Amino acid sequence: MYSEKVMDHFSNPRNVGEIENASGVGTVGNAKCGDIMRIYLDINESGIIDDVKFKTFGCGAAVATSSMATELVKGKTIQEALNITNKAVMEALDGLPKAKIHCSLLAEEAIHAALWDYATKNNIKIEGLEKPKTDIGEEEEEINY
Amino acid sequence: MEKLIYLDNAATTKTRPEVVEAMLPYFTEKFGNPSSIYEFASQNKKAVDEARGSIAKALKAETSDIYFTASGTEADNWAIKGAVEAYAAKGNHIITSKIEHHAILHTCEYLEKHGAEVTYIDVDETGVIKLDELKKAIRPTTILISVMFANNEIGTVQPIKEIGEIAKANNILFHTDAVQAFGQLDIDVNELNIDMLSASGHKLNGPKGIGFLYIRKGLKLRSFIHGGAQERHRRAGTENVPAIVGLGKAVSIAVQTLQERQEKEIALRDYLINKVLKEISYVRLNGHRTKRLPNNTNFSFQFIEGESLLIMLDMKGICASSGSACTSGSLDPSHVLLAIGLPHEIAHGSLRLTLSEETTKDEIDYVVEQVKEIVAKLRSMSPLYEDFVKNGNHEK
Repeated sequence: MYSEKVMDHFSNPRNVGEIENASGVGTVGNAKCGDIMRIYLDINESGIIDDVKFKTFGCGAAVATSSMATELVKGKTIQEALNITNKAVMEALDGLPKAKIHCSLLAEEAIHAALWDYATKNNIKIEGLEKPKTDIGEEEEEINY
Repeated sequence: MEKLIYLDNAATTKTRPEVVEAMLPYFTEKFGNPSSIYEFASQNKKAVDEARGSIAKALKAETSDIYFTASGTEADNWAIKGAVEAYAAKGNHIITSKIEHHAILHTCEYLEKHGAEVTYIDVDETGVIKLDELKKAIRPTTILISVMFANNEIGTVQPIKEIGEIAKANNILFHTDAVQAFGQLDIDVNELNIDMLSASGHKLNGPKGIGFLYIRKGLKLRSFIHGGAQERHRRAGTENVPAIVGLGKAVSIAVQTLQERQEKEIALRDYLINKVLKEISYVRLNGHRTKRLPNNTNFSFQFIEGESLLIMLDMKGICASSGSACTSGSLDPSHVLLAIGLPHEIAHGSLRLTLSEETTKDEIDYVVEQVKEIVAKLRSMSPLYEDFVKNGNHEK
């Protein structure tokens, strides 16, 4: 069902963990659908992503896309990280089953959410970054209206 | 890990070697069509009748009330669609439960689109159907009650005798999907007032591609497959003789070994349940503690997702299944786990381990050890667990 790359990133996920006092943290997805991704970013003064960690509740594809997304943003500038699409994550993993494409969208969204958190904390505007939609808190509020 | 540990016997079972042996001649030397009139083919007709007899004996039913189908799913479809059509003059209302197999639920949904009315009865937190709700749901137009004998996911055994009595008292047909129960539990169709019963060969160490429907004599049930005189004109199509012979053999052996298997599997099942509940934290047993199939266990591990767990178990040579959305191919987790009141995130973290008579204590020990390690690994990377711990909770 999964490519070798997906299985590799699932069995040996890169960058699992937390960053204390991270520059930005983004959590997307919700437990109802069975996928939650949280990405921690450490961004230095020159705007380079020095370190990145993730935690994910979800299926094999969710773990693998999180792992690959963290690999792709590590050492990149904010702008470069922002430009990483779900398609890039999927390609890097040699593809995903059709039913799992949403996992790669979550990975892209998790990066954006972490960057948004960084921008908010530092009161800066990142060109081209929109407020992420699928934050858990907001999702729950939406359900309750 | 070279060895395969197969704990998914609710999905399918290994065909017994004796069953395969009984089937083989019917592919090669005894290949005749039971409908042919020459002597060569008469042995095939005889073999089919003998198999029918073995099944009838197991259910304490009349031999002529057993009808072979290609699967349990076909038997379920036939029972429900056939009854709705045949009893249309009486009414159009069906009562079933929320935890039926999709062979029943999707058939009912299909019939709803064509004018039938269906009431889906709730179950309690252990998966037992609410009998008071069932009684209240009965209308003058109710023609059929269909409740499964035992659930395929959580193993809960239903109060079939009580349901049979309710159906009989109200002059309503009673169908039960016994695909999981037949071969594991003792079933007497007369004592239990069962009018129709579906079962499948491959769940009881028989071959795949064969099932049957028991239809009580005198019951009007429309044919489902047309085009021949087979199965007393009720189910057309040349008989799958090798599979029928295999099913008959599997049923005979299942009857002979029933008690022994039950005792062995219940002991091992309870050992597994107790070990998991003792050794792993934040876990719950889904289904009823005692009113459950001898071979069924179903757990939910908090903070983790089922598919991840299954893939990691697979890497250790362990075959299991889960009710998570990812394994069901939809966005929602199992309808059964939701019906017993589990929140989505707990339902996503479910694991079903179903034993066979060949399962050993050593295998259980190995599996629990692996589950324990994998659950810990998945929790260490779960944001839900991180939040849980940060909110002042600690692993006990």
